[in-house]
Amino acid sequence: MVRAISNWGNYPVIQANEFSISSQEDIRQRLLDSSLIVRGNGRCYGDASLAPSIVSSVGLNRFLAWNPMDGILTCQSGVLLSEILEVFVPKGWFLPVTPGTKYITVGGAVASDVHGKNHHVDGSFSQHVIELELMTGQGELITCSRDTHPDIFWATCGGMGLTGAILAVTFRLKKIATSFIRYHHIKARNLYEILDLFDQYSSATYSVAWIDCLIKGENFGRSILMLGETASPEDLTENNERLRAGKEPFLNVPFNFPAFALNKLSIRAFNALYYGKNLTKESRKIVHYEPFFYPLDSILNWNRIYGSRGFVQYQFVLPEDSGRKGIEDILQRISKRGLGSFLAVLKQFGYQNDLISFPMKGYTLALDIPIVYGLFEFLNQLDEVVAGYGGRIYLSKDARMSSEIFWKTYKNAPKFQEVILRYDPELKFCSELSKRLKIKG
Amino acid sequence: MQRAVLLLGANADMAESMARHFAQRGYQLLLASRNTEKLASLESDLKIRYDADVQVFRFDANDYPSHHAFYHSLPVKPDVVVVAFGVLGDTEMAMGDWNSSQEIISANFTGAVSIVNVVALDFQQRQAGTIVGISSVAGERGRQSNFIYGSAKAGFTAYLSGLRNRLTRHKVHVVTVKPGFVRTKMIADVPTPVLLTATPDQVAKRIDRAIQKRKNVIYVLPVWRYIMLVIKLIPEFIFKKLSL
Repeated sequence: MVRAISNWGNYPVIQANEFSISSQEDIRQRLLDSSLIVRGNGRCYGDASLAPSIVSSVGLNRFLAWNPMDGILTCQSGVLLSEILEVFVPKGWFLPVTPGTKYITVGGAVASDVHGKNHHVDGSFSQHVIELELMTGQGELITCSRDTHPDIFWATCGGMGLTGAILAVTFRLKKIATSFIRYHHIKARNLYEILDLFDQYSSATYSVAWIDCLIKGENFGRSILMLGETASPEDLTENNERLRAGKEPFLNVPFNFPAFALNKLSIRAFNALYYGKNLTKESRKIVHYEPFFYPLDSILNWNRIYGSRGFVQYQFVLPEDSGRKGIEDILQRISKRGLGSFLAVLKQFGYQNDLISFPMKGYTLALDIPIVYGLFEFLNQLDEVVAGYGGRIYLSKDARMSSEIFWKTYKNAPKFQEVILRYDPELKFCSELSKRLKIKG
Repeated sequence: MQRAVLLLGANADMAESMARHFAQRGYQLLLASRNTEKLASLESDLKIRYDADVQVFRFDANDYPSHHAFYHSLPVKPDVVVVAFGVLGDTEMAMGDWNSSQEIISANFTGAVSIVNVVALDFQQRQAGTIVGISSVAGERGRQSNFIYGSAKAGFTAYLSGLRNRLTRHKVHVVTVKPGFVRTKMIADVPTPVLLTATPDQVAKRIDRAIQKRKNVIYVLPVWRYIMLVIKLIPEFIFKKLSL
C-alpha cells in the first residue's frame, strides 16, 4: 500500500511502500522484486531511510545472546535502544553510547554510527560494535567485524544502510553501579568561555552545551555546559531505587502546530527563560539518566511543534584547529540571519577517523530550524563555509546538502563507494539520500 | 508452584505476544511449532528479556498420528494450552486445488481437534486445566471471500463449545477466542480499519484476563460482538447477494 512517509523532520515527504517483515527470508523475497532501503524507527531527520520501496526492520526485535560476564549483547537490528535500557538497566548495564533519543533501533545506531555526550572519551557507537550480520543485495549472509570482511564492516558503520540489510548486531554494554547521573552545570557568558570550559572539563565522561544562537553583543554565544558522571551508590538517598529503567512518555503533541507558533520572538523568549532558569553560575545534583540523556523523549511527537512544513536539523562538525574560529564565524552568520532554534547544541568531539562516520576531533554544532522561505539558499552558503573550514555535515540529519559538498567534505567517499558497489553491484540498497548525494542509484 | 503454558503454533504473532505476556507473569513456557528454527530467536529473546524458563518443541498440526506422543513426551504437563496455529489461505486457489483446501481445513480444524482431544483427556483425568482455542469471527457466517477458512473455524468453534460442555463438570475450562482484525503477518499488507483492529498485545492481555475470569467466549474488541450480531441478523436472501 503506497502512503506518504517522512522521517523525524517531516521533510521530505515521499510516496512509498513500506513492508513489515519478521525474518531475513522476508527481506530476501523483497530483494527479488525491487531495490529498497531498510528503515528502523524513522528517527533520522531527512531522507536517509526513504525510498519508493522500504523494508521496516522493527519486526526484527529479538535479543539473541547475552553474556553477563563481559556485557556482550547480540540482538536483531530492529530492537530499540529503549528496550535495551528496560531490560539491562535493572541488571546494571547501560548503552555504551546513546544519542539524544532512545527511540532508535540498534541497526539505525550502526548505520548512522551515532554519537553521544561521551564521544570525547568513548567514541561513537561503532567503537563498541564487535560483529555485524548483514544481508547483501544478492541475499547472501555476511558476518563481518574488524577482522573478517573489515572493508564491509567499516562501510556499514555510518554507511546509511547502503551496504545491505543489517540483521543482527553484537556489541558491548557498559557496566553501571546506579541508573543515576551526578549532574553538574556551568553557565558560560559567551562563546569563548564555553569553548574554554570544554577544554577544562575534557575528562568529564558526559558533556554537552546548550547555546543561545540569537543573542548578539558581549553575550554572543552564551551557553550552559552540562556535565555528567554515573553516580555511585553513595551518592543516592534511601529513596532512590539504585537501578531503575526510565518511564514511558505520557505527554504527546497530538497535531502539527501552525506555522506562526515558532518565530524569532518566541524562540528568544524561550532562550531567555532557559538561560535564566538556571540562576546560579554552577550547580550540582543527582538526576536519573532519563532526563539527562533523553529530555525530549518525555514528549511524544515533539517534532510536530515545527508544523506540517517540517524542519531540518543542521548539524556539522569542524576540525579542532579551525574549530574555534569556524564556530564563531558560523554562529555569527546564523545570529545575523536571525535563525534561532530551541535546540542549539554544541559538543566537543574526541578523535575519530573512520571510513564514512561523521565524527572527527573538533566541535559539532546542531540546530533545529523550521523550514521557511529562503532557508535552503542560506544553508547552501553555510555548507560552503563548513567545507572551507574542513568540516562536514551529518548525513543522518541531512535532507538537502548538494552532492558536490558531500564529495568535497567526506574525504573517504570514493573508497566507501567502491566498497558498496563491490558488495552490491546490482544496486539493490538505495535511498533518496544515496541518489541525492550521487553515491548510489 | 510455577504454572506452565503450552503454546501450539508459537511462531504466530498472537502466540508471540502471549509468550511475552506469560513470561512476564512467571509462567514456564513450552513453545511448539513446525518451524523450530524460527522459534530459536524467540526462545533466546524470552530468556534474556524476562529470565524466562523456556523450552522449544517441534509440533506439526497436520501430522495427526504424532500428536499423542508429542503431548505425552513433554517434560511437564501444562496448566494452560493455547491453540494458536491457523492458516488463512487463498479461497480462490483452494477452490481449484484440493491440497490447499485440505491444508486450510487441517490447520484450522482437524489438526486442532486431533491435538486438543489428547489434551482434553489428560485435563479431564487431572480435573484441572484451561484450553484456549483461537477461532475466528469468520466462523460465524460463511462469506464468499473466506468461507473455506471460515467453515473450518466454524467447526472449531462448535468443537470448543461442545468440549466446554463436556469438561465443565471436570473443572476444566475452555475459552473460545474470536479476535476480529489483528495486526499480524496473516493480514500484513491488507489495510484494515484502525478502530476495528486489535494489536497482538491486546489479544494476549484479553486472553489472560479471560483465563483468570473464566470467560467462555471472547471477542478481543467488544465492538466485534455487535458487528457479528448484525451480520448474523441479515436475512439469507439478502446476504447471498452481498459481496462480503
